[in-house]
Amino acid sequence: MANEILDASGLNCPLPILKTKKTLSKMDAGKILDVISTDSGSVKDIEAFCNQTGNKLISTVEESGKYIFTIEKV
Amino acid sequence: MSDSNKMTIIATKGTFDWAFPPFIIASTGIAMNKEVSIFFTFYGLNLLLKDISKLKVTPIGNPSMPMKMPFGPKWLQNIDFGPKIPNFIWNIPFADTMVTYLMKKTMHKHGIAKLEDLRAMCQEFEVKFIACDMTVDLFGYNKEDFIDGIEFAGAASYFDEAASGNHHLYM
Repeated sequence: MANEILDASGLNCPLPILKTKKTLSKMDAGKILDVISTDSGSVKDIEAFCNQTGNKLISTVEESGKYIFTIEKV
Repeated sequence: MSDSNKMTIIATKGTFDWAFPPFIIASTGIAMNKEVSIFFTFYGLNLLLKDISKLKVTPIGNPSMPMKMPFGPKWLQNIDFGPKIPNFIWNIPFADTMVTYLMKKTMHKHGIAKLEDLRAMCQEFEVKFIACDMTVDLFGYNKEDFIDGIEFAGAASYFDEAASGNHHLYM
């Protein structure tokens, strides 16, 4: 289960990434963040963000136009 | 040796539309664990003014600008007026004001950040803002016209910033 949930629905690039960054920076290592986004570009972008920052993308789920990314903070 | 974690941007444009790319890339750069500096020169200096609410986008001489209504019935919103309207029409008074208003409406509808908020986010993320001192003199600005927390420097300082990075963009 996620320790934090960030709802970035309705926001467009680059806001989901910026908000993800801000939320993760307040969390402790090993904690889990769920990011909810409606921006289809965030599928590639969250992956790229995790690649560059070392945070672990555990799963990406699409549910009726919403994307849920589960990220573990390093 | 260059530090691969640093990037620099030279921002040269001062219209409402072109104000977005430097702030978007800079804030995202910080999110991606980069250290970012932006050197604002010539019209790019506009982006550091205290009041950026007056920045405008112009359709004049911009034939690639799509023009769709952000409100009204669906059929109307689907029409791209850009290629249909002769460009010289945009020389009418207040065309820039009208088009800027419509672009802001469209951006709001698409959940795109406000320019002021993006800039504030860059500052919160500690993007380094450097204003070109020569352009400040050239355009007759005062240092008080600009937001706090910026540096005033020249071209040589840009090189100093750029020397320790390997990712440099001109916008």
